[in-house]
Amino acid sequence: MSASLKLSALALGVTARVKDFPKTGTTFVRLREMGLLPGTPITFIRAAPLGDPLEFKLRGYHLTLRREEAEQITIEA
Amino acid sequence: MSQLPSHITGSGKKRPAHADRTPVYALVGNPNCGKSTLFNALTGLKQKVGNYPGVTVEKKIGETYSQHGKPIKIIDLPGAYSLAARSPDEAVTRDVLLGRRSDTPQPDRILCIVDATNLERNLYLVHQILDLGRPVILVVNMMDLAESSGLQLRVDRLEQALGIPVIACEAVNGKGLVELKLAMSRSDLPLARHSWDIPVAVAPAVAELQASLTDNDGRSPLVARAEALLLLTDFDTVRVAGSTPLSARTTDILATWQKHWEGEGTDWAGTLVGSRYAAITKLCVDIVQQTGATGPTTSDKIDAIVVHPLWGWVVFGGVMTLFFLSIFTFAQGPMEWIGDQTASLANWLKATMPEGDLRSLLTDGIIGGVGTIITFLPQILILYFFIGLLENTGYMARAAFIMDRLMSRVGLNGKSFIPLLSSYACAIPGIMATRTIEDPKDRLVTILVAPLMSCSARLPVYLLMIAALLPGTTMPVLTKVGIMLLMYALGTAGAFGFAWLFKRTLLKGRPPMMIMELPPYRLPGIKDVALHMFERAGLFLRKAGTVILGISIVLWFLTTYPKHPDATAAATEQIAYSFAGRAGHAIEPVIKPLGFDWRIGIGLITSFAAREVFVSSMGVIFGAESANDDTTTLRVALQKATWPGGAPVFTTLVCFTLMVYYVFAMQCMSTVAVVKRETNGWKWPLFQIGYMTGTAWLVCFVIYQTGRALGY
Repeated sequence: MSASLKLSALALGVTARVKDFPKTGTTFVRLREMGLLPGTPITFIRAAPLGDPLEFKLRGYHLTLRREEAEQITIEA
Repeated sequence: MSQLPSHITGSGKKRPAHADRTPVYALVGNPNCGKSTLFNALTGLKQKVGNYPGVTVEKKIGETYSQHGKPIKIIDLPGAYSLAARSPDEAVTRDVLLGRRSDTPQPDRILCIVDATNLERNLYLVHQILDLGRPVILVVNMMDLAESSGLQLRVDRLEQALGIPVIACEAVNGKGLVELKLAMSRSDLPLARHSWDIPVAVAPAVAELQASLTDNDGRSPLVARAEALLLLTDFDTVRVAGSTPLSARTTDILATWQKHWEGEGTDWAGTLVGSRYAAITKLCVDIVQQTGATGPTTSDKIDAIVVHPLWGWVVFGGVMTLFFLSIFTFAQGPMEWIGDQTASLANWLKATMPEGDLRSLLTDGIIGGVGTIITFLPQILILYFFIGLLENTGYMARAAFIMDRLMSRVGLNGKSFIPLLSSYACAIPGIMATRTIEDPKDRLVTILVAPLMSCSARLPVYLLMIAALLPGTTMPVLTKVGIMLLMYALGTAGAFGFAWLFKRTLLKGRPPMMIMELPPYRLPGIKDVALHMFERAGLFLRKAGTVILGISIVLWFLTTYPKHPDATAAATEQIAYSFAGRAGHAIEPVIKPLGFDWRIGIGLITSFAAREVFVSSMGVIFGAESANDDTTTLRVALQKATWPGGAPVFTTLVCFTLMVYYVFAMQCMSTVAVVKRETNGWKWPLFQIGYMTGTAWLVCFVIYQTGRALGY
């Protein structure tokens, strides 16, 4: 098992794979349906000018998440 | 059991053959996949826009013709990421597809549109739709964008794999439309070779739910199966507005399984979504190939500047400045023109009709009242145009992205920003733009506070009061500007303050989220934007029109009756004698603590039509009606006005208090009408009138009484 860290801690421009996130909650069910699943490669593109929300790229599209939400998602390199 | 027999044709319901009735297509797709562009391209101007009864979701139905010239009906369903609905919009999409909305015919065929640049996520919805076992045509849009980002799509292979017509398309420039029309004209459409293995862990639950939905909820077997899968994806989906409640038995089964799985630690929803994506990934392996280099796209390059920590603000400021400049400069001419036209129409009527109540009703009541609102139409149109442009190009999502942090302080998200900003010009387009906010509570809060942003109809009131503010002296321009800015700041603070309050008390919701797609930038389709603008404007005129007309007539009645016994009485005396005048007297005890006399009270009542009416009402009441808009004569007249004891009415303090009153008070019948429409009833508009006007009174009371105590 490789080291896991939070999605919110991903460095700019770096791609990692989604490892895990909460099983329940509307937010996370929706994220799953939008293709954010364990194993999905995800790239951190940038933070908004005020530092939040964060912009990620996955499956060919750009998605924004609040830092608070990204903190609950773990990733692995 | 988890395999779907491909020969099953739709539900158990018998529907007539296509030959003798117009076939109905539903157009479905993710947000931002070019669905509206395709709809406009297919139907042109043959569209009907309305609302789904009971929910404020836009209903768009259009018509096109088959290859053989036969009409085809197309329902443009709201964009959705999933049929496991999370917003009222998505619930409508799901319910129409499942044939659950009695006000909309169940579509015979489904037109799915997907974005070629992110096929997997787009196919998720298609995958759910294929569960329904209905004829589907798949449109792969934005082939050009996919190509330029180095993606090669083998559409023919997708067609083979799915067994349904798949059409490559570029809706913006009409490529692929002919092929699409051909497919739509086919009298028979094959059903998809759609089979996927429902994960073993959830299969028994699906079977049990399907049986119960068939037996107890009256669903056809295929719909029941599809619905069972949706329920298991997200239990909350049944709670979304517009959903029909499930039978007790089905609810029981659902709860039992939920408890069972929770005890076991089974991640049922994850398993289900995961297996769909697994099936889609398998499907896409042969279809999508990354060929070219994966360098930054044009969109990425634009974003590097547009959401840059420094340049982002410059661009943002520039866009917003342009937004307001265009409203105030371009709208000026047409607004004056409309004003002149309504005035000359009224004059023409005055010249041709014999004097009497009917003439008065037509000229003063209807033309005067409705005319005032129509004058704002150019401004509203430009706002719609601009909002449409922002949405169409993709900047809207960036603005929400940039502003989210600030909006989150009051518990809203970035999507509330543009509606609130638009409200500085006029709350009506602002309120109608809240439809992009998915969360119903966030949307409602935004609607409730939007009219607190100082709109352009308040300007004439502010200007008059600033002019009358310091009797006998001319104020330095800077002070005037300062006071004006203070009013805007006060309204803004009020809007955010109340948003914060409502989100904490009345409309306490889920923690706000900001899951939003940033679509690639696109050149705006002017046709789409213009169409959108006219649709919105038409909706406003038709739906708000009746309320505005009604209130105009009531207000006219109040100022005209009862008639002054002396028929030659001046307008000033007539209005004092009328119901409105009496009402002014009646409310004087209430507004006296704010320093307002009964004549100001009349102005408050009549300017419920629109805030700027206050100025003309003051003109009539104080007998300073002048042909032009020059406020000087009126200012002089106001300064002469006194209380019975001889003390001046319009002291500096009163003028200031009155401005503050207009900052907060809900004095706009058009907004009331729009809020009624957007919230589906009178409850929220009435609440809005109550809280806004209540706040206005309270704040003014404090200001006036404090001012008095300080000796002003």
